[in-house]
Amino acid sequence: MRASDDPMAEFRATFFAECEDLLEGAQAGLLAMQHGRADSETLNVVFRAVHSIKGGAGAFALEEIVAFAHQFETALDQLRTGTLQPDAATILLLLNASDGLSDLVAASRDGTSLERGATDATLADLCALVSDGKADENPTEGFVVTKLSLDLDAPEPPLPERQTYRIDFVPDDALYALGNEPLFLFRALAELGDLEVVADIAMVPEIDKFVPGSSYVGWTLDLTTAASDAEIAEVFDFVDGLCTLRIARVPADRALDPVPCPPPGAQTASAQAPGSAPQEGPVGEPPQTRPEAHLPQASTAAPVAATVRVDLDRIDRLANLVGELVIQQAILTQSIADTGLTRRSTVSQNLEKLTGLTREMQNGVMMIRAQPLKSLFQRMSRIVREASAASGKPVRFSTEGEATEIDKAMIEGLADPLMHMLRNAVDHGLEPPGIRAAAGKSAQGDVRLSAAHRSGRVVIEVTDDGGGIDRAKVLDTAISRGLVSAGAQLSEPEIDSLLFLPGFSTAGEVSNLSGRGVGMDVVRSAIQTLGGRIAIRSETGRGTTFSVSLPLTLAVLDGMIVDVADERLVLPVHTIIETLTLSDDEVGELAPGSSLAMVRGQILALLDLGSALGYRAPLETIAGAQALVIALEGNERVALLVDAIHDQRQVVIKGLRDGFGRAPGVAAATILGDGQVALILDPIEIVAHAGIRAAAPLSSAG
Amino acid sequence: MTTVLAVDDSRTMREIIALTLRGAGIDTHLAKDGQHGLEVLEELAPDAIITDINMPRLDGYGFIAAVRDRSQSRTVPILVLTTESADDLKARARAAGATGWIVKPFDPGKLVRAVQMVTG
Repeated sequence: MRASDDPMAEFRATFFAECEDLLEGAQAGLLAMQHGRADSETLNVVFRAVHSIKGGAGAFALEEIVAFAHQFETALDQLRTGTLQPDAATILLLLNASDGLSDLVAASRDGTSLERGATDATLADLCALVSDGKADENPTEGFVVTKLSLDLDAPEPPLPERQTYRIDFVPDDALYALGNEPLFLFRALAELGDLEVVADIAMVPEIDKFVPGSSYVGWTLDLTTAASDAEIAEVFDFVDGLCTLRIARVPADRALDPVPCPPPGAQTASAQAPGSAPQEGPVGEPPQTRPEAHLPQASTAAPVAATVRVDLDRIDRLANLVGELVIQQAILTQSIADTGLTRRSTVSQNLEKLTGLTREMQNGVMMIRAQPLKSLFQRMSRIVREASAASGKPVRFSTEGEATEIDKAMIEGLADPLMHMLRNAVDHGLEPPGIRAAAGKSAQGDVRLSAAHRSGRVVIEVTDDGGGIDRAKVLDTAISRGLVSAGAQLSEPEIDSLLFLPGFSTAGEVSNLSGRGVGMDVVRSAIQTLGGRIAIRSETGRGTTFSVSLPLTLAVLDGMIVDVADERLVLPVHTIIETLTLSDDEVGELAPGSSLAMVRGQILALLDLGSALGYRAPLETIAGAQALVIALEGNERVALLVDAIHDQRQVVIKGLRDGFGRAPGVAAATILGDGQVALILDPIEIVAHAGIRAAAPLSSAG
Repeated sequence: MTTVLAVDDSRTMREIIALTLRGAGIDTHLAKDGQHGLEVLEELAPDAIITDINMPRLDGYGFIAAVRDRSQSRTVPILVLTTESADDLKARARAAGATGWIVKPFDPGKLVRAVQMVTG
């Protein structure tokens, strides 16, 4: 069922989306408190967030969330009132609580159940914390979970016997001051049954003694109704304490008596139908003095915020359509060029304007999808906290460039690799406190997560100030696993990039955090799926930086169009360093199917793309072929041989995830200007798949 | 048609209130906190106001006080949304100038009845 078909489902969706925002805000606030960056409003923001989650959860009868949020809220309230002190331990506990609340919310959103007792320990801690301030026996005392239902027209229960009540009602002055109106109370009573109202206006003074806002009129009401005592009392709920009120049942035999002994000057009015008002005494400032004429205003809601929440599906559809538009426009451009019209013709000039508009539209759609990395970064602080606790290494975690925007899909795809990189930074990057102390470093390790725009791409870095990569150990491990031949001479960057080889792990003992079966190879392939690249910089004793470079969006790509064995293919331009035409004397044979070329003093491995993709048998001669030089990690270079290089142009990426098997080296597909479908290749994966690197680690010739 | 201004910082609450009241034929306007509520009141003279207490910028108590301060809205009925039904909360709401209260989570019928109770 689509959410829009079911208002309850829509409310739930709104609620959970709001919960995410609120939890984010709460986490940010608690982190600010932890770092001593909190101001007077910070705690209030956190409190309100938890409070709102509790309120919303109550409406959906999510009792576990309500119970947890209630204790959380109580603790925060005690901080506000000063009953509790915001010391480090308390704030850490509150951070854990926000993690726990976040888990509970996610579990009920996804309809999964948490491991039994997953948040019990945190809840117990919270209760203990709170009870230091004040005992709260019943976790949700004063807060009743009432499941929201939209059954506005519930069938009325069968009518019980009717009763007559005598109600004496004399308002105090305060009743009017607080915006109450006796007339409305009488109307509400009249809806319960038959009502007779007698006003006592004996106390109304002469006009010159009249004090506005004072109460001069009392009423005696006879209500014959099937409603219960409670229902009648409910009518007076808001004025309880603001009036003299007496409600009594009239014995059945007197029920038909008229209202006895009207006070002098009293008049009788029937209020059986709403709108037939009882005698109105001068009651201070009656509601009529309120301006009735509403200023011009649309009958819809007042604008609440300058943002709209849009289903991601809709944006994706729009992005897809704009993609089609770009393609169609390219096709049109090509067919117009084919007719031989000059660039100065009216058609060509108009087409150029259309091209500009299309590009702007494409950028506009991409901007809708762009989101700041903030939420992702905030989630990561929890990962670091958990890793710190599990490894026993104290960590100071900082983030930078949270406002950097990137495609939303990219943010989702980044969560897992970032998580793993941060765990690694704490687990493998940082030294244990003892060793840090011996090295003259503070016991608390630094882990930094940063993001920045750099030449049209987003660069995200995870930096630790640990001991750096132990390259001797890495090399030993790689040799012992047969990943590198013994005695191979590898440069430092080459050794570092061994970390990305499948199955590589340098951890002597498997800790609580690693040993999850995920290595850096998985991180790298996740980054590559996003069109990104990952690199390592490491300095012994000073720390390690993992640097991830990503395109701004997944939807378009600057592509190089090439021909291989009569197939038209696209390679991402950012992977290509240069293009070459090879002449015989530049080429030297190394092994069958693989060759070396010497270009400007540098040795290049040659890879025939046609045979690597299985389009044809290896070329007998590579003389005169065109080559695209691509860079691998660690500055290795490989030249891919192709039959022809066409041009460079933007292509719209059409994912091959649904309905296609994953072919190594094929990243996606696109539709070219002439309507032809072309595969978009991942050259780095093709090279890895061809096994060139394992066969011959390369170094520059002097 | 009865016009109501509902002030709550929770989007979920705002939507629930709006759907419930509009379903009962009440023209419902929304504001996301007290400050925003006061801005809306510059352009709107509602028959009743519903407000949350815990809100950023200007909370419910401050909002009610400001509403009662304006001559145009001195006697407009104000209903407070509260998660606690405790008596001292009612007393505090009343001390701030509220007409009545609705205990969250409310059932829709109760909300509509409460609004009708103060608007007639």
